[in-house]
Amino acid sequence: MNNLNIMIVGVGGQGTLLASRILGNGALNMGYDVKVSEVHGMAQRGGSVVTYVRLGEKVFSPIIEKGEADIILAFEQLEALRWADYLKPEGTFIINTQKINPMPVIMGKAKYPESIIDKIRSRFERVLAFDALSVAKQTGNIKAVNVVLLGVLAKLLESDMPKQILIDSMKQVIPEKLQEPNFIAFEKGYSMFEPSQAKI
Amino acid sequence: MRKLMLGNEAVARGAYEAGCRVSSAYPGTPSTEISEYIARYDEIFAEWAPNEKVAMEVAVGASIAGARAICCMKHVGLNVAADPLFTASYTGVNAGLVVMVADDPGMHSSQNEQDSRYYARSSKVPMLEPADSEECRSFVRKAFELSEKFDCPVIVRLTTRIAHSQSIVEIQEPEKAELKEYKKDFKKYVMMPSTARARHVEVEKRMSALKEYAEDCEFNKIEWNGKKIGVITSGVDYQYTKEAIKDASILKLGMVYPLPEKLIRDFAAQVEQLYVIEQLEPFIEQYVKSLGIKVVGKEIFPVMGEYSSSLIRQKILGEKSIKMEPPAADIPVRPPVMCPGCPHRGVYHVLKKLKLVVSGDIGCYTLGALPPTESMDTCVCMGASVSMAHGMNKARGDDFAKKTVAVIGDSTFVHSGITGLIDIVYNKGISTVLILDNRTTGMTGHQHNPATGFTLKGEPTKEIDFIKLCEAIGVERVVEADPFDIKTFEKVLKEELSCDESSVIVAKRPCALLKGVKYEGPRRIDSDKCKNCKACMLIGCPAIIDSDGRIEINEALCVGCMLCTKVCNFGAISKAGVINE
Repeated sequence: MNNLNIMIVGVGGQGTLLASRILGNGALNMGYDVKVSEVHGMAQRGGSVVTYVRLGEKVFSPIIEKGEADIILAFEQLEALRWADYLKPEGTFIINTQKINPMPVIMGKAKYPESIIDKIRSRFERVLAFDALSVAKQTGNIKAVNVVLLGVLAKLLESDMPKQILIDSMKQVIPEKLQEPNFIAFEKGYSMFEPSQAKI
Repeated sequence: MRKLMLGNEAVARGAYEAGCRVSSAYPGTPSTEISEYIARYDEIFAEWAPNEKVAMEVAVGASIAGARAICCMKHVGLNVAADPLFTASYTGVNAGLVVMVADDPGMHSSQNEQDSRYYARSSKVPMLEPADSEECRSFVRKAFELSEKFDCPVIVRLTTRIAHSQSIVEIQEPEKAELKEYKKDFKKYVMMPSTARARHVEVEKRMSALKEYAEDCEFNKIEWNGKKIGVITSGVDYQYTKEAIKDASILKLGMVYPLPEKLIRDFAAQVEQLYVIEQLEPFIEQYVKSLGIKVVGKEIFPVMGEYSSSLIRQKILGEKSIKMEPPAADIPVRPPVMCPGCPHRGVYHVLKKLKLVVSGDIGCYTLGALPPTESMDTCVCMGASVSMAHGMNKARGDDFAKKTVAVIGDSTFVHSGITGLIDIVYNKGISTVLILDNRTTGMTGHQHNPATGFTLKGEPTKEIDFIKLCEAIGVERVVEADPFDIKTFEKVLKEELSCDESSVIVAKRPCALLKGVKYEGPRRIDSDKCKNCKACMLIGCPAIIDSDGRIEINEALCVGCMLCTKVCNFGAISKAGVINE
């Protein structure tokens, strides 16, 4: 397989780090070479955050550049738009349609862009957009947005990384008492789309 | 066993495998997690020191006492620790001594972009630079041996992308490094002119030996791949180079000081076009040029910011940069903000209202410089708020000082604010210092410090009493105030500013993200009572949003700190209904 470049973008505090760690451990368990690049410190405080996950036979650079991502997993609409340049033209976008206003919008100094999903669809063919927050709420675990999204990603990755690998990886990364509700949310995400639906 | 590890975690593993017994550090992004991972090994005594100078001295003492020791810091921390470093280079070590320093090219979380490699050269100690997590482990492990072999501290330099990237590590069994015998050795460990002159001779001998060693050590290697393009590089730049140019020969330097003259000459002689690829300063490049070798470096590469493989392709292969139109113009930025429930928000609400000159410092509260509070005038380095306020006082007189306040966090005050405060008292300043005591070291991710009552390992310990401390220094006006009681806080601040002597206000309230900090739950805006005056918007809480002209509270974000209820003049904010999820 060619190297696979996955970006996870969102807002500091949304749980992007956990998702990238589960994915990274999954890649390790598959025997791939893997690098996961994270953001810590100042940028985490409610700022725009991105983690890069690269896996394949041999991975050198820990970061993904413009036009190089095979998949972008966006935890928030505006962040999807911000990082859209990084997706390959034939790449796949998984977008949580949740909106979190940044401070300039909160202050009324900037406008939250309208019809973001339409704009992204006009550029990319493979876009899966849905309200992952509602789905997480349905499973009774409002904090499981990240795992719902990871479930959707797991369906797309099935041929390179069987679902069970990611479940085993979650067992390694998530504390035992929190595992069960996370598995439920993961399954919910997994059963939401078929890979073919990414072509809309 | 193969394990996916953060560079910082792998550093901790390397120290553990080397039988390191003592670790001391001050938190600083991107180095913080090294200590947090070291603390998980029961075999290692690991601590947070008040600052990096203390951490370095603890490690030097442990090494001389016979234990392998490590100290860890970010790049600017090495400035603080430089004093002991330069002389520890003279004393040398007993057991191995490793200094970890993490640079931050691109300034993801720093106030400058300095290049720590110059410290290796000026303090005359060797420096290693790993290029992935596996090298973090193996280089740190070997650094202890190197330190003992050449009788000197060894610096291991990381950059953000190495420290904060995970890659695969082959973990090894730890070795048993016994405590070495402690021997009194006045000529080696007591540095004063007569002894230091003799030790300087040893330092120069050691550097010659290290130069020889660098020529064929295991840290430096050549990867041949054609003779057209040759690249000298190290650290993460090696990874970018490998990604960018498939047919370049690479001299990968794992030891970036001292540099191997013969190896570089041989390599340069065999390639048609030689480049040095190194982020930040032309450290390697200037050395290569000093040898009279033709090489291209900063003529085409920037001294600012991070590199990438596409940058290397553009500069060396002449590839055009990818110009993609973003799907939309005017994408609003998302700067970091103080969290909902942050106690600093109360402080800045009052500072902004009183239009004070604010001498600032380093921590979460530095965010008070950004909109909407925009209330910080200066931020230079750890502790500078206190001493700079004093400088302002002496420059412009007491009337100016009565409109000026120094703002410093609890951990930063312990780090290097105390000495500034002593200066104010000693030299008859009248400045007012606000210690923002949120019971943690916040920005680096909640580390304990001498004022929290717990150690790095989570054990209960004594905690600093700021009031007694400031009184002991000689500050006669020391008060504690709750930053969320904004009326009283404003009154106290005005009182302390107006008086003709130095004063300290301890603004005490725990960080909202700490365990055990519980508020009553989300608030809601009663649209019948709300006059849309937007007073609540001015506190800059991310949970209060302008939804098409109507002000709402995002109940998923609101913690119920009640600060907004205190700025609302119409009593329009009340407790939200119980949400049944």
